[in-house]
Amino acid sequence: MSDVFLLDGEQVPFTVGQTVMAAARAAGRYIPHLCWHPEFQPHGSCRLCTVKADGHFAAACTLAARPGMTVDNRTAELDDQRRTLLQMLFVEGNHFCPSCEKSGACKLQATAYELKMMTPHFDHFFPDRAVDASHPDLLLDFNRCILCELCVRASRDADGKNVFAITGRGIKSHLIVNSPSGRLADTAMSLADRAASVCPVGVILAKGRGFVIPIGERRYDRQQIGAAEEQ
Amino acid sequence: MGFELETADHPERLRRVAIDPLSRVEGHGKVSILLDDDDRVRQVRLHIVEFRGFEKFIQGRPYWEVPVMVQRLCGICPVSHHLAASKAMDVIVGAGQLTETAEKLRRLMHYGQILQSHALHFFHLASPDLLFGFDSELSRRNIVGIAAAHPETAKRGILLRKFGQEVICATAGKRVHGTGSVPGGVNKSLTAAECDFLLADSARMIDWSLAAVQLIKQLHRQNPALYDNFANFRANSMSLVAHDGSLDLYHGQLRVRDADGKLLFDRVDYQAYGQLIAEGVKPWSYMKFPYLVGLGEERGWYRVGPLARVQNCDRIGTPLAEAERQEFLAYAGENGRSGPLHATLAYHWARMIEMLFAAETIAALLADPALQGDQLTTSGQRVAEGVGVIEAPRGTLIHHYRVDDDDLVSVANLIVSTTHNNQAMNSAVREVAKTYLDGRRLTEGLLNHIEVAIRAFDPCLSCATHALGQMPLEVLLYDAGGAIVGRLCRASGGGLSS
Repeated sequence: MSDVFLLDGEQVPFTVGQTVMAAARAAGRYIPHLCWHPEFQPHGSCRLCTVKADGHFAAACTLAARPGMTVDNRTAELDDQRRTLLQMLFVEGNHFCPSCEKSGACKLQATAYELKMMTPHFDHFFPDRAVDASHPDLLLDFNRCILCELCVRASRDADGKNVFAITGRGIKSHLIVNSPSGRLADTAMSLADRAASVCPVGVILAKGRGFVIPIGERRYDRQQIGAAEEQ
Repeated sequence: MGFELETADHPERLRRVAIDPLSRVEGHGKVSILLDDDDRVRQVRLHIVEFRGFEKFIQGRPYWEVPVMVQRLCGICPVSHHLAASKAMDVIVGAGQLTETAEKLRRLMHYGQILQSHALHFFHLASPDLLFGFDSELSRRNIVGIAAAHPETAKRGILLRKFGQEVICATAGKRVHGTGSVPGGVNKSLTAAECDFLLADSARMIDWSLAAVQLIKQLHRQNPALYDNFANFRANSMSLVAHDGSLDLYHGQLRVRDADGKLLFDRVDYQAYGQLIAEGVKPWSYMKFPYLVGLGEERGWYRVGPLARVQNCDRIGTPLAEAERQEFLAYAGENGRSGPLHATLAYHWARMIEMLFAAETIAALLADPALQGDQLTTSGQRVAEGVGVIEAPRGTLIHHYRVDDDDLVSVANLIVSTTHNNQAMNSAVREVAKTYLDGRRLTEGLLNHIEVAIRAFDPCLSCATHALGQMPLEVLLYDAGGAIVGRLCRASGGGLSS
C-alpha cells in the first residue's frame, strides 16, 4: 500500500520505509545528488540532496518519507546552497574539464550545468595528488575525487574486495587503495568489477579508452542530468 | 644573412626603441631596436616574451588524454596540435596504417583548419596592410576598415573561415577544441546528411579561394618593387612532402632545400627528426632557434610555412591550385631571377594558393563515401616512443612523446611552426629595419613595417590565445645614458598620444 508526500507541491507516492530520494526517483522526479546510487546503501555525505522537509533541512537520500510531509526541493534557496557545495568540490580537487575524458558523462560537471554554476567562486586549492597507473587495465586519477565513497561501497558490498577506503579527517580526507603498497596493481581489482564503473567523476578509468565516445553522444549530451538520472 | 644585426658591439651606447606588444599576430611578442646617435640601426631582435609549460605538465598524464589536452595550446590552430599528437600516439599504440575512413576524416578535419586559419590571417589580420598601405591611416587599418571599404572581400573572409569551422565541427564534434581524433583513428564518421550539408557550399569556397589568390597576385604584380624586395632574405626551406613529392599538409616525409632551391635533404622519416634538427638557445628570447644539424647553427636555419611548402613540393594534386603554383613559380623566374622566391610578402601569395588547395581537397573528400565508413580505429604492438609531424597552417609542427609501461607520458617535446621560423622572422625584421628605419625619424607607420614583416609569417607567438585588432603599443626613445627622451603611445582603440 502506498502513501503520498508533497514534493515541490506535487504528490509523490511512496511505500513504507522508502526514502524521499528513492520515492522521488521512482516517480521520475529529480533531486540533485552525487553520492547516492540506487544500487547501494545511502551515505548522506555529499549533502547535495538536502531538501527542506516540513521546514527542516534533511538529506533526501537518508530521510524516510512520511505521509503528508511537505518537501521543498528545487527552490532558489536550496539550489543556491547546492551550487555553493559544488563550487567547493570544484576548488578542492583538480577538475580540468577541457581535457578530462569523463567530460560530458561526468555527474559533477552535469550537476554543475543543471544548477547553473558559472564560476568556481572560491580560490582553487590546486592539491598535489598523484595518479596511480600501476594497474594494467585501470587508471586512478585522484585529482578528481569528490569523496562520494561509491567505489568504497561498490568494492565492499558488490565485489567483496574492499579495494578502496577513505582516510584522513576533515579537509584532509582522501581516497586510498587498500593494499600494503597502496598501489592498485597490488589489489584484486579487475576491469569487470562494479567498482570499476561506478565512479560518477573521472577517478576510476578504463585504460586506453579516453575520448572514444564523440561529442554529442555522451551521456549528458543526450539528456540533461535531471532527465537522464531518472530513467 | 640573418645574424648581421643580432648583437651590437656596444649596446650601452645606443638608444632603444621597443615595439611591445606586436599587434595583429597570435599571442605576444616584442621587437627591440638599438639606434646610434645618427639614427643608424645597430641591433634588432624579435623577442618572444611568453612562457608555456605544456611539455612539463603533459608529463605524468595518460597518453590517450594528450591529443585533447595539448590542443589547448592554441585557439586558432588546435586541430594541428590535436592531429600531431594523435599521429604520435598512433605510433605508440601500434597503428601503423589507419583505416581509410579514419585517415580521410582526419585529412578533412585538417584541411578545414587550413582553410579557416589561412582565411583568418589573410582577410582579418593581413589585408588591412596590403589593401590600405603599411603606413595608411591607423584608425581604419583593421578588419572593420576593410568591411567598410571592401565589404564583399570582408564578407568572403568571414564566410570562408566559417566554412572551415563547420568542417572542423562535423569531424571533431566542436568548432574549437573537439575530440574527433583519438590514438589509432577517429571517434566518429560523417553521415550522408553532414557531407551533403558541407558539399552544398564547397564550390563557392573554391571560387572565393581562387579569387583571393587573384587578389594577392594582382597586388604583388602591381607593385613588384615593394612585394619582391620587402624583407627579402635568402634562407633554406623545410616542409613535409608526400611520398610522391606532391604537396601534402597531413602526412609525408621531410624535405629541405637550400636558398638556391637545391635539395639538401629529402625523404627524411620524421621519426628521426632529432638527427636532422637541433634547437639552439639565445639568452634574450624564450623561443628556441632550431637549425639543421648537418649545417650547424650559423648556416642551418630555415623557414617553414606556405612560402617554403609551395616551393618545396614537386606539384600540387588539385588542378586549380597547381595552375596557380605554376604561375607563382613562373613569376619567381621572371626578370632573370632563378631559384626560390625569398620575398617575405610572397608568403601571402603562397598562403592563398594553399587555401585554394584546401578548398579543392575538402570538396573532393566530401564526395568520398569512405567518410561514412564505420571502421574507425586500429591498433597493434604498443611501443614506448612516437613522433607525429603535420604541416600546420604556419608550418611544420613536431610532437614527440615517450610513454612508460604504465601508459603515462614521461617525456614530451613540441617544436611548433613559429619556433622553426624564429631566425627567419628575426632576419625579416632586420632587413626591414635596415631598409626603412635606418637614419630616419621613427613614426608609427615606419614601425608598422616591422610588424608587417612579422605578420607575413602568421606567427602564433603564444599558441594559446588569439590577439585580434590594435593592441596597445608603447615606443620609448632612450638617449645614450638610458634616459627616456621620447615616448609614443598607441591606445587599444588606435589613437596616438605622446
